[in-house]
Amino acid sequence: MLVRHLKLSGVNGSLATLSGVENAANEEIVRLHLTDGTERTGRVVKIDGDEVSVQVFEGTRGMSMSNTETIFTGKPMQVALSPEILGRVFDGLGRPIDGLGEVFPEEVRDVNGAPINPVSREYPRNYIHTGISSIDALATLIRGQKLPIFSGSGMQHNELAVQIVRQASTADGSDFAVVFAAMGVKNDVAQYFRTSFEEANVMHRVVMLLNLANDPIVERIMTPRVALTIAEYLAFTRHMHILVILTDMTSYAEALREFSGSKGEIPGRKGFPGYLYSDLASLYERAGMLKVVEGSVTQSPILTMPNDDITHPIPDLTGYITEGQIVLNRDLDYKGIYPPVDVLPSLSRLMKDGIGAGFTREDHADLSNQLLASYAKVQDAKALASVIGEEELSADDKLLMEFGRAFEARFLNQSFTENRTMDQTLDLGWALLSMLPRRMLDRVDEKTLEKHYKGESA
Amino acid sequence: MTAYQIYGINGPVITVRGETGLQMMETVYVGNARLIGEVIGLQQDKTTIQVYEETAGLKVGEPVYATGSAMSVTLGPGLLGNIFDGIQRPLPALEKQFGAFIGRGAKFSPLDTEKTYDVHLCIKVGDRLSGGDVYATCPETSAVEHKVMLAPNLSGTVSEVLPDGAYHVQDTVARLQTDDGKTVDLTLMQTWPIRTPRPTRKRLPADRPLITGQRVIDTVFPVAKGGAAAIPGGFGTGKTMTQHQLAKWCDADIIIYVGCGERGNEMTQVLSEFSELTDPRTGKSLLDRTVLIANTSNMPVAAREASIYTGITLAEYYRDMGYHTALMADSTSRWAEALREISGRLEEMPADEGFPAYLPSRLSEFYERAGRTETLNGSEGSVTLIGAVSPQGSDFSEPVTQNTKRFTRCFWALDKSLAYARHYPAINWTLSYSEYTNELTNWYRDNVSPQFSSDRDELCALLQEENTLMEIVKLIGADVLPDDQKLVIEIARVIRVGFLQQNAFHAEDTYVPLEKQYKMMHVILHLYHRAREVVARQIPISVLLQTGIFEQLVKMKYDVPNDKTEMLDDYIRDIDAAVDGILR
Repeated sequence: MLVRHLKLSGVNGSLATLSGVENAANEEIVRLHLTDGTERTGRVVKIDGDEVSVQVFEGTRGMSMSNTETIFTGKPMQVALSPEILGRVFDGLGRPIDGLGEVFPEEVRDVNGAPINPVSREYPRNYIHTGISSIDALATLIRGQKLPIFSGSGMQHNELAVQIVRQASTADGSDFAVVFAAMGVKNDVAQYFRTSFEEANVMHRVVMLLNLANDPIVERIMTPRVALTIAEYLAFTRHMHILVILTDMTSYAEALREFSGSKGEIPGRKGFPGYLYSDLASLYERAGMLKVVEGSVTQSPILTMPNDDITHPIPDLTGYITEGQIVLNRDLDYKGIYPPVDVLPSLSRLMKDGIGAGFTREDHADLSNQLLASYAKVQDAKALASVIGEEELSADDKLLMEFGRAFEARFLNQSFTENRTMDQTLDLGWALLSMLPRRMLDRVDEKTLEKHYKGESA
Repeated sequence: MTAYQIYGINGPVITVRGETGLQMMETVYVGNARLIGEVIGLQQDKTTIQVYEETAGLKVGEPVYATGSAMSVTLGPGLLGNIFDGIQRPLPALEKQFGAFIGRGAKFSPLDTEKTYDVHLCIKVGDRLSGGDVYATCPETSAVEHKVMLAPNLSGTVSEVLPDGAYHVQDTVARLQTDDGKTVDLTLMQTWPIRTPRPTRKRLPADRPLITGQRVIDTVFPVAKGGAAAIPGGFGTGKTMTQHQLAKWCDADIIIYVGCGERGNEMTQVLSEFSELTDPRTGKSLLDRTVLIANTSNMPVAAREASIYTGITLAEYYRDMGYHTALMADSTSRWAEALREISGRLEEMPADEGFPAYLPSRLSEFYERAGRTETLNGSEGSVTLIGAVSPQGSDFSEPVTQNTKRFTRCFWALDKSLAYARHYPAINWTLSYSEYTNELTNWYRDNVSPQFSSDRDELCALLQEENTLMEIVKLIGADVLPDDQKLVIEIARVIRVGFLQQNAFHAEDTYVPLEKQYKMMHVILHLYHRAREVVARQIPISVLLQTGIFEQLVKMKYDVPNDKTEMLDDYIRDIDAAVDGILR
């Protein structure tokens, strides 16, 4: 028996308060009927005796103390799932907006999910080929990994994401699909993704969830949860390999901050709530593979670093949870290098176990170590050159500068449609290293050098 | 059981109205699902409880059951090789019941009650026992013998002893007549509240090192057995990697590895790697000496707060048996954040960066549980604490890093720029320090070499000198330096690349015995001393560089197997040959 509550006792931001409620359950979904005939959805976020705070997903605009009728459903936020959701477009709460009608659910699930038992996890090892040299060679994406892209406003992260979706393939060619969740993105960006997917003829294996920049922020908080619930369903019930793209996590975190403020919570760093880490973790940790079940959830969240600051709480906390990061760099972007991946701070933590003989090639680890170590030295040489001028550099440093330029122009830089094979990428890396004298390659053992080094001998 | 009613719910914090008989820190069962919770605040009209499981779906009016006892862990055989969540629920059992995703409200015995152990009773009727005395032993795993001890708060006379044989952990193996006339059944297990340190007889000085096989730690910044060390570092600097290396190779008898608010895949990795690796000292699986506590970042935040205490209580329990234990906590920042999160829900007044004002006292309580001690039964054991710290924005001035620094005596600062250059372990030698160096001098003198400490000091001085010189090099380049300073830079490069840098994925280099560490250091310094002769003769240092001897030293860590350290004597000869060749 559903009880209707006819009044509210307060409205503040996206929070509505009711008093005199019995039997409310924490985090249950409520329906709010306004007298103008519209219906909104909310979620119980705090209970104090008979006083209940409800977070209203569509915003509280137009609500008054007396014009709202509230019904407690007794159920948590759920999403309808079926194999037919592939190729469909939904709003931020998982309701269809492509005009193709409701999804006939095979099952419904709580969007909050449950943590994966670490004992049941399968340690991810198979790499996903992206055809992008900087990623494949130096920050290899592994199936079941969460590898975010740290970008900044105006950089080409959207293009990079599209290129990854278009070119991504698994070594064994198994069933592969993409769940794409847009949180607070601009209308034309969402449109860009949609057209790109259609042009690349991949739309039939994409599920899109769109919460646009002008949609309510409270809905935005649910969007990634709906997306990940869909992904878990497709992966672990339908046994597909799912890549989840969440963009833009910065909008998500800001929505969380706004909402936390309206609840009157004590803010932590930069006004973000103290539980931002736990909250982000409850999303990112839903990536993974299971031992007994075929399928995987790989996550590639995109976030724009406010003011390109990697120490800002959002990239900072993200980096602590995810298994590495791909960092884009504005200087490279200005130089016209695409994708502008800053390889030194970029890292894939799972890469060490997913590359080498049997996965990619036996020289992969050595090559990537050496490329990074040499490129790090290039930065020192550059810093010195900016003080004393490149002419004054030692012979070794001049070689390094030359190597650095070639590395950026030939290795990092590639076209939007270029899909390099692993062998092409690795051979290119060796060709570049061969520009340096052999004694400067201190991360590679003699045997590997013998086989791949093609520069001066001695 | 007394039952109360839920009045308010706010995330993991619930409140009960009215006066209750609940005690501070008492364990309670919350709601119809019987979620585990702990009392964290008592007021005249309100009791505050933190719940260790997800609270979604809880309703006002549901019951709260008192248990009358504080949050405790169960201690006994069956801990080693197992993996628990933050409140000691065995994860394999959870998997059996719920499948791959963790469910709620389940009660499990932390120890396997079906398994039997081959128990040997080492007491006889009439023996007088006091707290901490060992009354039975059994092989817990192939590598570790479990000593069953009398709970610290008990004493009395043995009134009955059962014969040796196979017993379950819950079986009675002996009976004890206490001084006030009560009879106590002694089983193989006992419980202990996690927030109370287990008592010991006295503390012993921290004068022997925990040998880890990592050169930058053992040689340059050593930690003592019973010491406390902190590993602060931003993301991607290799905190977890360093912790894994220590857990794998350090010479403790027992390892407690607490994954506190970290990644699920990392725990999976530890599980699979440790079961494959063998302990170099016992030849048995590493998992046989390890207890894993996994409270990943998406598991409930209150249990994350408890996981650190659960871990340290297990470590103290094995210490009491006379073992050297080491606890790796990855990461204490997540634990501090859990404190902050709960403190925020309680609407407490925040101090620095929103952390509660009691953060320093909680940290000191934790780190002070480390120590080398004489246990209640007179044996010697130790608990070494190694806590990773994840400073926000890699800024070491934030409260968790600063307060941790106050209570640990060893500080291994991980450096982003070293990590970017793939210099691992990325322990920065100018920011790190170890206060144990002086106390350990005698041990190194007696057990490694009388010259060890002076060599170490010289090595550090060279690195320090290079650091100063690099300031100049950054401005004007290395070419203009005089030859003696160029030599310092070259030799420091050998120290950095050839000695400090260590490859965790290289079969020989992942663990290096102390003897080889010392000899490597000695070879490098020998080159320095001889090269100084070259410089003194006004011969440009580039002449010596061209002989390739510097590169040879850089690669000696790979070229010399750990069991053939005598090969390092050849390097001394090669150096002499190269230098004499030039001087001639």
